[in-house]
Amino acid sequence: MKTESNIEKILASGQLVVTSECGPPRGAVPEKVKEKAEMLRGYVDGINVTDNQTAMVRMSSLAACIIIKQMGLDPILQMVTRDRNRLAMQSDIIGAYAHGINTMLCLSGDHPHFGDHPMAANVYDLDSIQFIQMVKKMRDEGKFQGGEDIDTPPKMFIGAAANPFADPFELRVARLAKKIKAGVDFIQTQCVYNLDKFETWMKGVCDRGLHEKVAILPGITPMKTAGMARYMKNKVPGMDVPDELVKRMAGVPKEKQAEEGIKISIEAIERLKEVEGVRGFHIMAIEWEQKVPEIVEKAGLLPRPQF
Amino acid sequence: MITAERKPMEEILEFVRPYSRILLVGCNECVTVCAAGGRKEVGILSAGLQMALMKEGKTLDVKEVTLERQCDPEYVEELVTYIDQADIILSMACGCGVQEIARRYKEKPVYPALNTKFMGASERQGIWAERCQGCGDCLLGITGGICPIARCSKRIMNGPCGGSTQGKCEISSDVDCVWQLIWDRLKALGMENRYEDIMAAKDWRSSRDGGPRKIIREDLAE
Repeated sequence: MKTESNIEKILASGQLVVTSECGPPRGAVPEKVKEKAEMLRGYVDGINVTDNQTAMVRMSSLAACIIIKQMGLDPILQMVTRDRNRLAMQSDIIGAYAHGINTMLCLSGDHPHFGDHPMAANVYDLDSIQFIQMVKKMRDEGKFQGGEDIDTPPKMFIGAAANPFADPFELRVARLAKKIKAGVDFIQTQCVYNLDKFETWMKGVCDRGLHEKVAILPGITPMKTAGMARYMKNKVPGMDVPDELVKRMAGVPKEKQAEEGIKISIEAIERLKEVEGVRGFHIMAIEWEQKVPEIVEKAGLLPRPQF
Repeated sequence: MITAERKPMEEILEFVRPYSRILLVGCNECVTVCAAGGRKEVGILSAGLQMALMKEGKTLDVKEVTLERQCDPEYVEELVTYIDQADIILSMACGCGVQEIARRYKEKPVYPALNTKFMGASERQGIWAERCQGCGDCLLGITGGICPIARCSKRIMNGPCGGSTQGKCEISSDVDCVWQLIWDRLKALGMENRYEDIMAAKDWRSSRDGGPRKIIREDLAE
């Protein structure tokens, strides 16, 4: 084992991993973090904690991760290269590891254009692939990115994102291959609604044998309303929501739409379980965390393994 | 070329209002090509300022001069003949030209009439676009002659990110995804195999991050 990560242990045991996500509050409200994380206890193996998600200022991912760790749960530290240079990122990684946080997700991060500080300088000292290389070097060589030795290196299980639906589609397997070459251990994908296209991508991944080198967890996000389905289809860059899903959501009465959205998510999990290379699920119920236990349970993903 | 745009008239008027004699200096290089601060634009601004101030009941004496190159001490020296007759200098060059005037004429205030924008190229008549950030360590040989540092919104060197949609950047459908352009070009050149080489973390010391830069050519320096 490379790390003490719960995610790594479950993957090594051959079982499916379930992760979820918790967006920290926009203020100094530790109770909010605890409330969201508590809902997930016993239902997931790791909780992603977002880092200034959509370029909006929130409680730092590291601080919220520490709160969650102190509750006896397993946080996954998300970190973006948008707001910090390589010095700040490395010091936060060491700090996280010093608090027992052993799993992280390396991202470039949404452009400030989308957030509440579009006037901010964007850092992007590294891109996500260079970021993965840095964390791996810290772990496996015990060296900082600059080359000097680390006294007690942080042993992080390294995650990254992949969007099988972005353009150009023909580069999506190749870019994953670059992340693997850089040293990524697991991948959480963009929300999967277009199952056919996801399977085409996975086939490309498996044809190159990449599924043996990285654990892929497709992203699952339940839709609350037909309006949300339309919004995701039309307004969110890199999101692929097929017309028939929008129609299906719109085809049920408003008060039943949330239920339909959950049903769609469960069906997706059932189908994707059978896809070669799928090693678990990343369930992102955005501001709807209370629904995660129901999805996990109904999708037959309980009980979660204990180590 | 270095591109620039004229500042809003009201901002320039704020600079000029307290004075009655200005030396308005254009530049015959980049800002002439991008139609921001050449001889023609000097004439237009001069007339505009005089008219605006006339409406306020003031007269403005403007001496118009367009230098061959405002970033070159040799040409900036030519202003010596006019400097005593001016209260201030209003420069229509890029920031380099403004600063060269400030360095040479220490006792006269100098104001910029332009906002210097970027190093770019002309896309078509009247449209210029950013092409280079002067990072000091050119990558164009491995990116098919298209720069991700200057033209990717996240300056990602191993792109495209997950926001690339039909050839456009996630921040705006008016912005090309430079990694789509790079990929298309690599394909056209039969160099697709280069794509999976990881471009290592950049040493930004060669860029602005390493502090203000200077080139010293010992073979030429006196």
